[in-house]
Amino acid sequence: MKLHETKGQRAVMEGSWAVAQAVARCRPGVISAYPITPQTHIVEYLAQLVADGDLAAEYLRVDSEFSAASAVYGASGAGVRAYTASSSQGLLLMTEVLYNMAGTRLPVVISAANRTLSAPISIQPDQQDTISLRDSGIIQLYVEDSQEAHDAHIQAFRIAEDPEILLPVMVCMDGWLITHTFEPVEVATQEAVDAFLPPFKPLHSLDPACPLTFGSFTDDDKLMEFRYMVHQAQQKAKLRIEEAARAFEQSFGRYYGGLIEAYRTEGAEILILAMGTMVGTIKEAIDQMRGAGHKVGLIKIRSYRPFPAESLRELTQSAKAVAVLDNNISLGAFGALAADVALCLANQIRRPAILPCIIGLGGREITIDSIKSIVERAHQVAEGGAPPADSFWVDLRPELL
Amino acid sequence: MKLTIGAICGPAGSKANRTGSWRSYRPILHPETCTDCGLCATFCPDSCVFPQGEAYCIDYTYCKGCGICAEECPSGAIKMIVEEK
Amino acid sequence: MSAKLIKEREPELLAPGHRACPGCGTAIAVRLILKATGRDVILVSPTGCLETFASRYLESPWEVPWMHPLFENAAAVASGIEAALRVKGSSTKVVVIAGDGGTFDIGMGGLSGMFERGQDILYICYDNEAYMNTGVQRSASTPYLASTTTSPHGRRAWGEDRPKKDMPAIAAAHGIPYVATASLAYPQDLINKIKKALSIKGPKYIQIDCPCNIGWGFPESKTIEMARLAAQTGLTPLFEMENGQVTKVRKIKDRKPVEEYLEAQSRFRHLFQREGGAGQIAKIQAIADANARRYGLDS
Repeated sequence: MKLHETKGQRAVMEGSWAVAQAVARCRPGVISAYPITPQTHIVEYLAQLVADGDLAAEYLRVDSEFSAASAVYGASGAGVRAYTASSSQGLLLMTEVLYNMAGTRLPVVISAANRTLSAPISIQPDQQDTISLRDSGIIQLYVEDSQEAHDAHIQAFRIAEDPEILLPVMVCMDGWLITHTFEPVEVATQEAVDAFLPPFKPLHSLDPACPLTFGSFTDDDKLMEFRYMVHQAQQKAKLRIEEAARAFEQSFGRYYGGLIEAYRTEGAEILILAMGTMVGTIKEAIDQMRGAGHKVGLIKIRSYRPFPAESLRELTQSAKAVAVLDNNISLGAFGALAADVALCLANQIRRPAILPCIIGLGGREITIDSIKSIVERAHQVAEGGAPPADSFWVDLRPELL
Repeated sequence: MKLTIGAICGPAGSKANRTGSWRSYRPILHPETCTDCGLCATFCPDSCVFPQGEAYCIDYTYCKGCGICAEECPSGAIKMIVEEK
Repeated sequence: MSAKLIKEREPELLAPGHRACPGCGTAIAVRLILKATGRDVILVSPTGCLETFASRYLESPWEVPWMHPLFENAAAVASGIEAALRVKGSSTKVVVIAGDGGTFDIGMGGLSGMFERGQDILYICYDNEAYMNTGVQRSASTPYLASTTTSPHGRRAWGEDRPKKDMPAIAAAHGIPYVATASLAYPQDLINKIKKALSIKGPKYIQIDCPCNIGWGFPESKTIEMARLAAQTGLTPLFEMENGQVTKVRKIKDRKPVEEYLEAQSRFRHLFQREGGAGQIAKIQAIADANARRYGLDS
């Protein structure tokens, strides 16, 4: 496979190939990854590019995801742009390193091909894996299709390496639905990416010319402030994520939203909040329902961390009900997005009812009918129906229980 | 004092930590007995023994009084005495 | 006696003021390692004694670049640094200084991967034979019958019930070009081995016996003496392996019986106080004898 030089042209390609090309054009110096379905095609394409001399990167074939994340941690610490990718169990195995990366302020970019978590084992997609990393300090962007996946990686390096941010950025894309699906994608040229993404200039790196100590231990008189610094960087990232998306639009003519995308939210009585590829299905459903006169809209969450609290408060004020679609569940409690939304809106004077929905776990198909049934439930709640005791598990199969 | 990003810090800040206060015993080096072999300087865990002229000298700012230098000195030139507070 | 190693007041790349226990063997090892590497080095250490005494925020003793990532990943992190240096066209050496816990146990997987990838990294294990930093819990490096807090001797136990894991053999089995064991008692030999390792391309493993007065139970002034006895009894054989073959061995003239070493440490004291102890000591002597046969230690 040759790197495409097809400025202004779209070609049908596998989502993984679009991502691999985007990453390659960002000129990572060190790539390290361990195979896990459905991330594999991304890292295989990158290996082929290196083998053919189309990508001048050091590619470390490692013994586990723990080592993959550790290798890019080290490479970034040594001042070189670094990249890794994983899914599901692999992301969990990387968890310790990812928290460490955020705390040490190393701007690595990570592709996450969303896949559900064992047990039971399944290779089908949901967002449980990346959601379980939401406390780590890593910036998380959730993309809706292959083009956005391609675009978001290029923006990700720029956001991560911003000297006021310096946090890892994880681009989350539904396994199979993006990674293995063939869609038309316009791939950026090397020239255009070079203009958008300057060479990595680390703030601090391992260098005998200026010896630094990384990984110090600290006491109770400072730890809270170190955490606060990362929290502040996340808040600042809200601006940078929007800026990067707009700058990308200027250079490449495409905008998939910054922190969020508001889709037909004007005058909406019912709003749907969602992330990932289901957004595409929801937009279709909304078009149909609007066509039939229903006042329904979508807020696509693109940046999950940092959480776009300000945008959500503004956009949900006039809605009667908000259906929050979680492609994950905090077992014993609620979906992560619903919990965040509820707290975000808790003290608003005008706020909608919240219908928390659990949807699409383990690759359970999300259809237009699924969305319509959610909107119907949301109406019931909006019209003063009993608030749900538990989340609405969409398309659950009670006959199996 | 502002915290640094990522808790990354510069070299040799440890010099501010005067570990000499840990001592219960202090080494006294007798230059007249010293054969200038240098083993004391080699073995000090805290980099507290250094050459001076034809003998060696002890940096009491950091010396923890472990006594390895006295133990290893082949000519008995180093004696440990009780640290007077 | 070896020739003077420190000829003039030279800058110490491990500055004083660090928080190692008085008499710490590891601190001595690190000073000697830095004498061999010089300034043009990047160090990685996992969590452990060294990391704890040498990385209090704003009180770092390191005069060279040093990174502490996590407990299990020093080798993998070093791998990433080594790759980055190749990208930058830098010849700076990458050296890991890791404890036995982070090497023999929790770091084994990543270490095996680093060896297998053939990366140009020198991995040095400072072996104090237990998880000392957290309170003397046993590791796979803890010698047979040593009493630790998780393998204590008691009414129904004699202490550690497993032999010391043979990490040098495991390292050599990966086909790496150079493996060596070294002792604080022979500092010039230690420095020579490190310099030799640094001159070889590929993964290298050096294991340094680092007596711990707190964990082993001996007076803090006797650290070097303990290292000497460990070598002189054959319990810590000193050798070099190149491409899987033992090429050099430090021979022992008049090998000492293990009792002299064991009775000097409280971690073995139960062997001298309990009925049946002599029989247990004989098992340790058998280990020393086996080492002597295997490596040809007796001169």
